[in-house]
Amino acid sequence: MLKRLAFATAFSLLAFAAHAQEPRKGGTIRFTAPYGASFVSNDSHVSNQIQDEIYGYALHGMLFRWDSAAGKPMPEVAERVTASADGLTYTVKLREAFFHNGRKLTADDVIWSFHRIMDGSKNYPGALYVARIKGATDVQKGQAKEISGLKKVDDSTIEMTMTDKVDPGFLFYSATTAILPAKEAQAPGFFDKPVGLGPFKFVEHVPGSRMVFDRWEKYYKPGKPYADKLVIVPMGEAAARDIAFRNKEIDVSILGSTQYVAYKADANLSKGILEVAEVFTRNMGMNPEFKPFSDKRVRQAINYAIDSELIIKRLVRDKAYRAVSWLPSSVPAFDKDAKPYAFDPEKAKKLLAEAGYPDGFEFEWTATPNESWGIPIVEATIPMLAKVGIKVKVKPVETSALGGVVAKGDFQAYIWSNTSGPDALTRLKCFHSATPRSSCNYTTFKNAEYDKLIDAASAESDPAKQLGMLRKANAMLQEEAPVWFFNYNKAVMAYQPWLHGLQPNATELALQRYEDLWVDATSPAK
Amino acid sequence: MLPYVFRRLLQAVPILLAVAALIFVLFSVIPGDFASSQMADGRTNVDAETIARMNKQFGLDKPLPQRLAQYVGGLATFDLGDSFRTRQPVTTLIAERLWPSLQLAIAAMFFAVVIGVPLGFLAAVKPGSWIDMLSMVFAVSGLSLPLFWLGLLLMYAFALTLGWFPSFGYGDGDPRYIVLPAFALGVAPLALLARTARAAVLEVMHADFIRTARAKGAGSYRVLRQHVLRNALVIVLTTLGLQFGSVLGQAVVVEKLFAWPGLGSLLVDSVTWRDIPVVQGCILTIVLFFLIVNIAVDVLCAVVDPRIKYS
Repeated sequence: MLKRLAFATAFSLLAFAAHAQEPRKGGTIRFTAPYGASFVSNDSHVSNQIQDEIYGYALHGMLFRWDSAAGKPMPEVAERVTASADGLTYTVKLREAFFHNGRKLTADDVIWSFHRIMDGSKNYPGALYVARIKGATDVQKGQAKEISGLKKVDDSTIEMTMTDKVDPGFLFYSATTAILPAKEAQAPGFFDKPVGLGPFKFVEHVPGSRMVFDRWEKYYKPGKPYADKLVIVPMGEAAARDIAFRNKEIDVSILGSTQYVAYKADANLSKGILEVAEVFTRNMGMNPEFKPFSDKRVRQAINYAIDSELIIKRLVRDKAYRAVSWLPSSVPAFDKDAKPYAFDPEKAKKLLAEAGYPDGFEFEWTATPNESWGIPIVEATIPMLAKVGIKVKVKPVETSALGGVVAKGDFQAYIWSNTSGPDALTRLKCFHSATPRSSCNYTTFKNAEYDKLIDAASAESDPAKQLGMLRKANAMLQEEAPVWFFNYNKAVMAYQPWLHGLQPNATELALQRYEDLWVDATSPAK
Repeated sequence: MLPYVFRRLLQAVPILLAVAALIFVLFSVIPGDFASSQMADGRTNVDAETIARMNKQFGLDKPLPQRLAQYVGGLATFDLGDSFRTRQPVTTLIAERLWPSLQLAIAAMFFAVVIGVPLGFLAAVKPGSWIDMLSMVFAVSGLSLPLFWLGLLLMYAFALTLGWFPSFGYGDGDPRYIVLPAFALGVAPLALLARTARAAVLEVMHADFIRTARAKGAGSYRVLRQHVLRNALVIVLTTLGLQFGSVLGQAVVVEKLFAWPGLGSLLVDSVTWRDIPVVQGCILTIVLFFLIVNIAVDVLCAVVDPRIKYS
């Protein structure tokens, strides 16, 4: 009898648990876009900002999506993708999907969207990705009208020939490459009420205040999205977001380091925290044109001289992971057994002496006011570097100007947070000597052996072999130390107890697949 | 009066041109441009070729005087150019944001006038009393509090703790949404108006014509209403005009904090991204608004005080 009772109780509990996890249909998701005061516009092709990507994921469908669980891109609007033997041509079968005006997606829509992105007179940011299709840059330069590598096979199939061996999944998952309805998007006023393939259809945009969406009933994933309504509010001010979150007016908030500590210490708030190692490496780039930094030993000495762990713990408040080399821990090519540079001032001194700087030297460090990778961090390193004889002169620069300064090479050293994934090959290519500084080889790194390895990895078709090569290249970077490897960003999202289905997206935590999110009945939103 | 107004409006033209020229020069000397601002997030690479194409697209490859001349030419036809970021006409962007900004400015000044002016008058009528002390403490605090901090404090007290108002957002005609941002924005002008009103009333109360009125047997209430307040009102009105105009500029912080869709948040974003046409458009709009309000105040002063004549 007791056994039976215990079994029945266990069964009921299991059934309840299963029921509790069953996604609920309906309700409103109140999301926040934390990186600025406004969305740029209703045209996702126009902006490369994450702020706009946040609404782009609701409104649009892209050929691929980033699968947070798998840690790789997966077909999205593309139903099936097959690669040719040489790995250059991809046949993409589109799924049966409908735009928010009810019209069925065709191959023409994809082709037109990609041609629009390559319009040389408009300089759309997605051109960076579409340019990897053969002939796309000819269209951009006005030398051709059609992208030669992009062909319509039939109404639901396209063929893409790439310029080099690259997985198109890594190129076409952001909203800058969103698929628009070809005919409709050319009509005047289209972007006043844009139409896409995404899980939610556009309702209104009050610039600087909110963007509102309704559930798209004919979304291509059956039963999704769960919520009836989605409201996205741009809220750049962390303190204001904090109050709104605590006041239960928003369902999620991206946390800064100060709030991270406060939320972790709070018995209730700490229950709703999602953390992920994002694909961003915070680093100090060293310009080899500045004589001391042309010597590997000096660059290594800087890595040994700074107590990165201490800065992460005390200043960044553990809202970061110690960097080992360039590739972050969320990328498969990251070597889990590799160890970061140890804090060893004596070794740093020895290396400096060997390099001909026994008394150290002085350099100018360009930095923005950013709390996680700017002047506060530089200031923390100053006494550490001073102990090995290196003097630092801080050169403040505005965040929006940093990229220009670095791309022009107008620096001795800079501190920045750079994307270091998810595609390891693309990111490591940034250190190839053929990559210009303005493209992403900011430290004009040059190493023949490294180039050879990257070239071999680019040509390799066997994924396992390629992974091995990329790991080796990443280790080589650590040894060569073109930068001070500081940390990988730990992105932290606070969420309300009624919101479910959040994904630990390492490419950017604020980017969520809204169709997988759902709110339970305890949500206070109408 | 009309010729005066017309003349003042004409005088605004060189001011607007000077502002436009100043912004042009400032943005050409400060580091950073639109193309490089695209790289700020550390994930986008904008190569030299793309930068060159962008500069050509936005006309940034032309010499500064030529660009300035083109811009001024556009101004004559109310063409403020296109935004670098959104690719939309600047006039469209400003039109979307102007009304929410005006709503906020009007509500802020409503608080300032309704609370600040009576407070100042009361303080002056009873100098040295607790009302006087209280109003001056309030005035000094109001002028000293950083707007950002005050906004957060209001959110914390009235949204999070008391739950009386929402902490952010525009709402759909729901007046509860405007209370906190408007009050935050209105506190500084409120304090200034209280101080100005107090000083003005005290000054008028000691004037000879007040003593004469009293000597002729006029009652305190009548002296206060007909002579003191009316004369003090001119000074208060002038301060009000100046404050009304500047509130639009100060709204930058409040709009960003409360996710209010006004010109201020558009301006901040545009400065960050070096979207020069929008920055120019926003600043010119704020300057124009400031000038118009001040002309209106001059006219009002003449209505209140018949001694003021504009020729």
